[in-house]
Amino acid sequence: MLTGAHFLDGDQAACEGALAAGANFAAGYPITPSTEVVERFAARIPTVGGTFLQMEDELASSIAILGAAWGGAKAFTVTSGPGFSLMMEHLGYAAMTETPCVLVDVQRGGPSTGLPTLPGQADMMQARWGSHGDYEIIALCPNSPQECFDLMIDAFNLAERYRTPVLFMMDECVGHMTEKVVIPSAEKIEIVPRRFTSLPPGEYKPFQAGEDGVPEMVKAGDGYRIHVTGLTHDEQGYPAMNWRGQEKLLRRLVDKVRKHPPVRYEERDLEDADVVVLAYGITSRVALRALQMARAEGIRAGLHRPIIVWPFPEKRIRELAAKAKAFVVVEMNYGQIVHEVERLAGGKVPVTLVPHAGGTVHEPEVILKAIREAAQ
Amino acid sequence: MGSSEIRIAGFGGQGVILAGMVIGKAAAIHDGKSVTLTQSFGPEARGSACSVQLIVSTEAILYPYLSHPDILVVMSQEAAARFCPELKPGGTLIYEQDLIQLGTLPPGVKKYGISATRLAEELGRKLVLNMVMVGFVTAVTGLATPEAARKAVADSVPRGTETLNLAAFEKGFAYGQSQAAALRQVA
Repeated sequence: MLTGAHFLDGDQAACEGALAAGANFAAGYPITPSTEVVERFAARIPTVGGTFLQMEDELASSIAILGAAWGGAKAFTVTSGPGFSLMMEHLGYAAMTETPCVLVDVQRGGPSTGLPTLPGQADMMQARWGSHGDYEIIALCPNSPQECFDLMIDAFNLAERYRTPVLFMMDECVGHMTEKVVIPSAEKIEIVPRRFTSLPPGEYKPFQAGEDGVPEMVKAGDGYRIHVTGLTHDEQGYPAMNWRGQEKLLRRLVDKVRKHPPVRYEERDLEDADVVVLAYGITSRVALRALQMARAEGIRAGLHRPIIVWPFPEKRIRELAAKAKAFVVVEMNYGQIVHEVERLAGGKVPVTLVPHAGGTVHEPEVILKAIREAAQ
Repeated sequence: MGSSEIRIAGFGGQGVILAGMVIGKAAAIHDGKSVTLTQSFGPEARGSACSVQLIVSTEAILYPYLSHPDILVVMSQEAAARFCPELKPGGTLIYEQDLIQLGTLPPGVKKYGISATRLAEELGRKLVLNMVMVGFVTAVTGLATPEAARKAVADSVPRGTETLNLAAFEKGFAYGQSQAAALRQVA
């Protein structure tokens, strides 16, 4: 634990956050602009104990972390858009087998190889729906190196609490910007440990859940004979391939998140706001700059910044839609999260998108113009 | 002081990024200011255009990039040609005077030249020209306090090279102080 004040970029800070969260396994196929995360992990892990595997590709990386998790490790992988696409198969496998793990996507301009060294925020819907089938996902969006550290710990904790893969949706700008990062002492960091069963072999059913819908785990080598499969399965983990088995499993996989959704957002100046600006990641900082300019002109506008973007903060957006005059959604893509806001606004208030193709951040003046128009 | 924007540019291998990291660390960690550093460089390890941008502020920094820096430090002809035009009128230009012939500059620019490479060679290692430059920038701009900059040099450079790098810093710093004093007299 490197307790103290450091001057780190977002990638390095994310690595330190993972280590602080207890991560002891990473597998990766390094790709710009995410390389520094695993580069640092590979350098640091021999001193703290654990394993880094450089894999042959992203498919291997994303399945290796699932194997590691079933071996008892806290595991993560790191990639950017092109690799994220390749990881979708195993993201679904992680959701289906309820394997706690963290996938970091340092977003760059896309599609395809796009802009390797420049930012984008266009993987946000892929984060939600990228793998086939129904599942719920948890995704966080940091907007500074400090948050890359802090929220990475939350990402690992959420993965344990819900037993789902958790997506850490950075962007190149946050990943490569260097700022002060304060790392607290170990005792000030709350770690959610893995919930291992206390039942003996024979009584334990690997996919039997209690009230919260989250089953307890075992790890390989502890003497339990269990079956982990991507096929629809029963509480024992054996294939149950009919509509009843599907209904029972899918309902639980979805409800364990939907019924107790993790909610985390930051709001600024919304008490009297006519215009709600919604932005996340690096874009939220640029939007806040535009909001300061709008306030200076006397426009009553404020910021809602989802920190946990998936599940989307539906209840709060509905509340805001009931009292605001307009939403302005700012994102570095041609319209993704804006669809969620439109759905929740339900036609009650107008929703304006301020899009950007990626490659750099918005100009604050462009956002200001949209705020002015929305305020009229 | 509000907010200052600085760009340091040269070619890969001159230690441009590390120079920026040292100044940034000095201001952020040891002087307690808000600092955001971004960098851009080519795919080559040496010889390509390379620059580092810093915003140093007494307030939280929201917009992470800069467009018209208050301070420009250039260490190659290519960097000077590319970045001098965007320097803020009345801003400060710091340049490696043995490697750069200056062209037309924005109005009111204050110029400070230094033979950073030659001064580094006098110390026996051309490699430390970046720390000569950091010392010079510290003296001329006051972006970071000298104490903070010294601490940042010591904890940023490879272990075992602290003495040499600090000597390079002092060499640039002393030259910077003399230049700043000379410029004040002229003014």
